[in-house]
Amino acid sequence: MIGRMSKTLFEKIWEKHVVESKKGYPDVLYIDRHYIHEVTSPQAFEGLRKRKLKVRRPNQTIATADHNVPTLNQHLPIKEKLSRFQVETLQHNCAEFGIELFDLGHEKQGIVHVIGPELGLTLPGMTIVCGDSHTSTHGAFGTIAFGIGTSQVEQVFATQCLLQYKPKTMKIEINGDLGKGVVSKDIILYIISKISSSGATGYFVEYTGSVIRSLTMEARMTICNMSIEMGARGGLIAPDEITFDYLKKTDHAPKDDDWINALKEWKLLKTDKNADFDKEYVFDASEIEPMITYGTNPGMGVGVSQFIPKRVINSTALDMEKALDYMGLQVNQRIQGIKIDYVFIGSCTNSRIEDLRMVADFVKGKKKANDINVWIVPGSKKVEKQAIAEGLDVIFKEAGFELRQPGCSACLAMNEDKVPAGKYCVSTSNRNFEGRQGPGSRTFLVSPLTAAAAAVTGEITDVREMI
Amino acid sequence: MIESTCVPLNVENIDTDQIIPARFLKATTREGFGENLFRDWRFDENDKPFDDFVLNNPQYSGTILIAGKNFGCGSSREHAAWSLSDYGFKVVVSSFFADIFKSNALNNFILPVQVDEIFLSKIFKAVEKNSSVVAKVDLKNQLFEIAEFNLETSFEINPYKKECLLNGYSDLDYLLSKKDEIKAHEERRMLNLV
Repeated sequence: MIGRMSKTLFEKIWEKHVVESKKGYPDVLYIDRHYIHEVTSPQAFEGLRKRKLKVRRPNQTIATADHNVPTLNQHLPIKEKLSRFQVETLQHNCAEFGIELFDLGHEKQGIVHVIGPELGLTLPGMTIVCGDSHTSTHGAFGTIAFGIGTSQVEQVFATQCLLQYKPKTMKIEINGDLGKGVVSKDIILYIISKISSSGATGYFVEYTGSVIRSLTMEARMTICNMSIEMGARGGLIAPDEITFDYLKKTDHAPKDDDWINALKEWKLLKTDKNADFDKEYVFDASEIEPMITYGTNPGMGVGVSQFIPKRVINSTALDMEKALDYMGLQVNQRIQGIKIDYVFIGSCTNSRIEDLRMVADFVKGKKKANDINVWIVPGSKKVEKQAIAEGLDVIFKEAGFELRQPGCSACLAMNEDKVPAGKYCVSTSNRNFEGRQGPGSRTFLVSPLTAAAAAVTGEITDVREMI
Repeated sequence: MIESTCVPLNVENIDTDQIIPARFLKATTREGFGENLFRDWRFDENDKPFDDFVLNNPQYSGTILIAGKNFGCGSSREHAAWSLSDYGFKVVVSSFFADIFKSNALNNFILPVQVDEIFLSKIFKAVEKNSSVVAKVDLKNQLFEIAEFNLETSFEINPYKKECLLNGYSDLDYLLSKKDEIKAHEERRMLNLV
């Protein structure tokens, strides 16, 4: 194949996985790693049965139960009948088709996008898919990772491949110095507020720049995780020493000679100097404040010290009016000081050990405000265990924060963790859509640090004034 | 060729959580999702229909949904496509579609018709003026038409997907026919040749 001299990292990984490229047809793309969970897989397994097909590469598929699991008393049978049936269906399907399952209660169970990286199942240069749009998270390791529908889950089961048109490429560069109290969640909320919730549709993003290079893997995952919230298929970051150090400590990463060989290949995973992107953005980190959303899509966000704007990029006045009406807010209203009811710290965006440490550091010796419910839902059993080993559970307890058991929880409110109608929830999750955290719930998306500050004061707070 | 009256839903950024809320994703089959299509816009907490929501307005019916831009953003749940199809929609017209939704729709033989924003607003106006106006969607010639209002436009669809829709082929059929190529790729990978 004759390619351009200079290539982006995305193009390099893509080309390595093309099984067949035929004019007028989508590419047949080989998938290295397939993650599945209880909600988007049952109909795909059923499809295999109907066609009498097997899973082509069961050892490249990993399953966990996360979306629909309770976050209290996980040792007991799931109370809700339909949820229990769905989790049991996953158990039966995995047993029948020979897929490894990290089931409820398993020491490796957790949110699919938390466990994949922490176990070293996500490795640089891979193509990764899952029936979940936040699969983009795994891009933090220099992978092409994206969410798919259930029909495609079935296709990957049967053939280990997908039919895909190559998306356009976008570079987002962030340089400069991050201000006090500004963390990776603020960076991505800022980017989405500038590009809009549909501004990257049709693109695959590469995040670069000195700020990205300085971030830990957990922080990079938070950024890649929300790529889908601006419409992008995915977002990736070239691997570096920070990536390799993280992976070296994981259970499933290659060992000994295999590690040395893998490392040689991984070090080549970067965009060539003169490679062209279809679109490029450059942002200055010093302009980023702790961020918060006020509307009903993740593009409706501003700095926490700001007022609710009249208009938002790529959207009409009508759209804004509908969003503010739902949220019970007004144009020009000051966001700081709005009284809140719930705080949710969790989800595939912000439920890793570093997120929990950040919250614990801040709340140590402080107490939550009266009449506020604070839920901390760790991303995995491993995160939960680590938090307890470090004594974070004690800090949370003293502060009145409730540490629960791992799962997706109030990010999408499929289980019983729901925010009641009309109530305000300050949340570290990824979507502020109408009813996302329960019918009628109202969500403010923030960083774990800003969430912790709100939990302590009982209102939306500029965390910079407290640190 | 589809000829039908239209259901106008003039809202932008309709995410898949609105199309089918997460609490209805507990089923393990593909059937029955139409009942809960746009659930929280259609019914209140006591299951009483909201009179002002278009699906509850007896004036509007049909197999063509007209929606504001960036339709289907958010979650990758294919249940969104299943619920639209189960309810009876065969075509969604918008000025912009989210990627994953578009692919899920096509995999369920729902045709996403992308038109420009000005044309979209003309459709909304036409349907508002006459709710029984009939639109014609001609996939073969890639044309969308509302003859009564002299509205006609062509739309894009990639040739492979058009072939699939016209003949009832699925991506899985196509991929299964590539068994040998996939095997060869896996062997090359094992030997580190790619």
